[in-house]
Order: sequence, then structure tokens, then C-alpha cells
Amino acid sequence: MAKIMELATAIRENVNDGDLLVMEGFTHLIPHAAAHEVIRQGYKDLTLSRMTPDLIYDQLIGMGRVKKMIFSYAGNPGVGLLLRFRDAVENQWPRALEIEEHSHAAMANAYEAGAAGLPCAVFRGYRGAGLTEVNPNIKSIECPFTGEKLAAVPALNADVTIIHAQRANKNGDVLLEGIIGVQKEAVLGAKRAVVTVEEIVDDFGDISPNAVVLPSWTINAVVVIAGGAHPSYAHGYYSRDNGFYKDWDRISRDRDVFLEWMDENVVKSGPQAFEVHVKKGPAK
Amino acid sequence: MTGITLAEIMTVTAARALKNTDVCFVGIGLPSEACNLARLTHAPEITLIYESGTIGTKPNVLPLSIGDGELCETAVANVSVPEMFRYWLQGGRITVGFLSAAQLDRFGNINTTVIGDYHNPKTRLPGGGGAPEIATSCGEIFITLKHSKRAFVDQLDFFTSIGHGDGPGHRGRLGITTKGPTRLVTDLCVMLPNPDSCEFEVVSLHPGVTREQVIEATGWPLSFAKNVIETAAPTAIELDALRDLKQRTTEAHAAA
Repeated sequence: MAKIMELATAIRENVNDGDLLVMEGFTHLIPHAAAHEVIRQGYKDLTLSRMTPDLIYDQLIGMGRVKKMIFSYAGNPGVGLLLRFRDAVENQWPRALEIEEHSHAAMANAYEAGAAGLPCAVFRGYRGAGLTEVNPNIKSIECPFTGEKLAAVPALNADVTIIHAQRANKNGDVLLEGIIGVQKEAVLGAKRAVVTVEEIVDDFGDISPNAVVLPSWTINAVVVIAGGAHPSYAHGYYSRDNGFYKDWDRISRDRDVFLEWMDENVVKSGPQAFEVHVKKGPAK
Repeated sequence: MTGITLAEIMTVTAARALKNTDVCFVGIGLPSEACNLARLTHAPEITLIYESGTIGTKPNVLPLSIGDGELCETAVANVSVPEMFRYWLQGGRITVGFLSAAQLDRFGNINTTVIGDYHNPKTRLPGGGGAPEIATSCGEIFITLKHSKRAFVDQLDFFTSIGHGDGPGHRGRLGITTKGPTRLVTDLCVMLPNPDSCEFEVVSLHPGVTREQVIEATGWPLSFAKNVIETAAPTAIELDALRDLKQRTTEAHAAA
């Protein structure tokens, strides 16, 4: 059963140095507040997996906490490049970064295989793609019925998955709505799971019987952090802060500006700083 | 008509390639602009799909990211990302994939991964995202990007996603049954693959553009079709729709 607790406790109880850490959310519901707590607690040598590393992994990489990253699109969506990631790959700053690069289809399939308890994912992909030559974890398998050559990648099973969701109820069940990405698969494939939510409600009320609900017993910790996805968004609560995504290009361009920003807004800050974003944006 | 830019001609011309009955997998940036313009003009029933899982979406402004909230709110259906790639893309439901590129070669192969060596890159780009499977699972591929020697290269630094590979028959040898790149729209011209060589060649030049201009902006020895025509200029309706869309988008993103 999920325990409802403070963010610092949830991270301390579930994250370790060297873990394979997954923080998913496809543009929507990205767990920024939780990532900041991971940075504050000083974990190191992490292997991060995320389809679209986004600003949170750029921040973790720039702070030197990451040994390896598994990903499929390392850009600042609609803006340009992830400049801390780029600095790590091109100049090994602040440390060398090992990468395992996939396509979106491969990673989505790998999370699904992880949730399904399979050792690998099989799909029709990577035909003619250069990644097959640089990523030894991309292999092929022959269909035993048709003989078709299909792509295979290892299942993704995190030591700990952290996601952000709209609501939990008092029992610790979690509801996700809108663009739901791969969060369900990432949680069900993980050894441990932490979920931050906008709010805890008495009950979910009138929702579709097919709504995406993760039962309390699939999660270790639930934490309330209003605004915890900012500058990503939480459908029904606040919209994506596209202005901040554009501004990140400036902040992350220079090492010193980046470190100063991180010190002020992450290291010396806390989860309560996210609340302001709920009121700022128009509810959507 | 006066005051029309080449960028506007590019978007309008790219949009015209789409049909009302298409189911289109939309890349962010220029493809998204062209696809939404098609929906707002001659193809109101087109199904636009973004890889975030939004199916049949009708945004009022262009999304900055592939998963802006408006894509979800205006969609016919929203599905998980594994479902998007397994059932809808791999399942063969998409008629057209609309892509852009950092580098493109004469066969429509695309690089969005690195400039320089993969393991020791000069410039690390974002990577392929959905492109490797979009390029092979969609019925056909349209590409749009601005013409320049930096982008239109003789040799790609990396093969992010396949177009026609090394020429005729390459897709077939890999077991790929879809058409691959069938149309390339730039800010100077429209190019189609030559049926025999699979090489992109110029079929129409945008109004006011010369052959020399296109040759100068292309990094490989460029071929021209037998009869090169002038691209039809944007109509007032197309131009108004595009300018309104871009104006709305600028205002929305500034307010965010």
C-alpha cells in the first residue's frame, strides 16, 4: 500500500546511488519537483531512463549526478537542443556521460515489456536505422511463425520510477488523465514507485470506469506537491509554461548561469516553491 | 500577389500535398505548420496524429511541443504512447508521415542525431524520436525543410531514419513495404524522387526562384525533371489562413 508522506522522506526511502531511475511523463505531468529533491539529496552515479529527457534530466546531468542515460529524443521540445546534455556528450562536462539511444517505438515497447514481465520487447522497427550499428542493445529476432525479422530490445525495469499525477484518493490510489504517456508501464515495471500528485481527494467522484487508475498497492509513496510538474503541466490544473522552456535555452547555455540558477532555484529551494505555478497559469 | 515570403510558399505548398482523407503522423515544427494549414483550408476532415497519443486533434494554435494540452483537449481520442506506436503506427493505420530533418541526402534519408562522429560528435542533436519507425510504417513520407548546403548534404553524418536508402530496391531488401519519401518541399522548390533512380529531383521552382539558386543551396549534384514548372503561388485564402494561424500562435505562446 502506498504511504502518503513528505517528498524528502519518499525520495530518501526509495532512491539509492547507482539506481536505474525512471521519471516519465510525455511532455505532460513531468515530475519536476521530485527531480529537484533527487538533486538536493545528492544521489550520484544514476542511470536515468526517459523517452524525452526534457529539462529535468538536463538539470541532473548538468549537476553531475548521471553516469548513463537511456533515451529516444534529447531535445528541448519546440525550442532546440538540451544544452547541458550536449555539453556532457561533446565535452564531458561536468563528467562523461554514457548513452544508450533508442527510438520512441523501442522505448515504449521496452517499458511495456517491463510491465508485462517479459525479458525483451519485440516489434517491427529500426529497419535501415543507424542506431542498430551504435547501440549493442538493439538486436533482431525471427518470428517462429512467419520468419519475419523483427527488432528486439531489452525490457526496461527501473529500480525506482517516479511520476507526477493529477490526484490520489485517501487510500493512495492514483488517477492520471490527458496525455498519459508511458507512466503506467513505467510504474508497473519498476521495483519501487513514487508518485507526486496535485492534490489528495476523498474520492475520485464521477470518472469513467476505464480511467487510468494505479491502485495504491502498486505504489510505495504518494506525495502532494501542488504545481509539481511545472514547467510541464497538469491537465485540468495548469498549462505548460512554454515561456520557461524557451528561457531554459538561455539559462542552460552557459555553465555558470546554469549553476547559479540551480543553486538558487533547486539547491536552496524546496517543493513548496512549486505551488505558485498552480495559480499563475489559466486552468485548462 | 506581393509581400509573400518563400517560407510562406513552402508551408502552403507542403500543405497542398495532404488530402482530406489522410491520416497524418505530424512532426513538430514546419510539418505541424503545414498539416494544420491543410486542415484549416482544403482538408478540414484530415486526421492529424501527434506521437504524444493525440488522435484527430484540431489545435487552434500551433503547439510548441508534441504534447501541448490543446492537442489532447481537441482530439477525438487520446491513447498511451505504447498504444500509439504499436496499434496505430506499427498497425499500419497512418497514410502519411510528415517529417523534417537536420540533414537530408538525395535519397531522402534523414539525420537528426549527430553532426560528426556518433561517439565523438561535433554537435549532438536531439536524436530520432519517433522517426525511425515513422519512416518505415507510414504509407508514405512527405518531408519539408529549408534549403541550404548545411542541410542538403552529399553524405549524411548519421542515418537516423531511412528514405530510399542507397537507391532502388533498398527498402524492399529490408522487408519494408511502404513507399518512403514521395515528396520534398523546400523554401525554393518542390522535389519528387525520380522513378528510376529514387533520387530527389526538382519538379517545380517557387515563383521568382532560379535553377542556380537551388543548385547553390544543394550539397549534391542536383537533377531537374524534364519539365520544370513554376509552383502555383499561394491563394489569398491560403495566405490569410496561414498568417492568422501564425499570429494566433505567436500571441498564445507570448502569453504563456
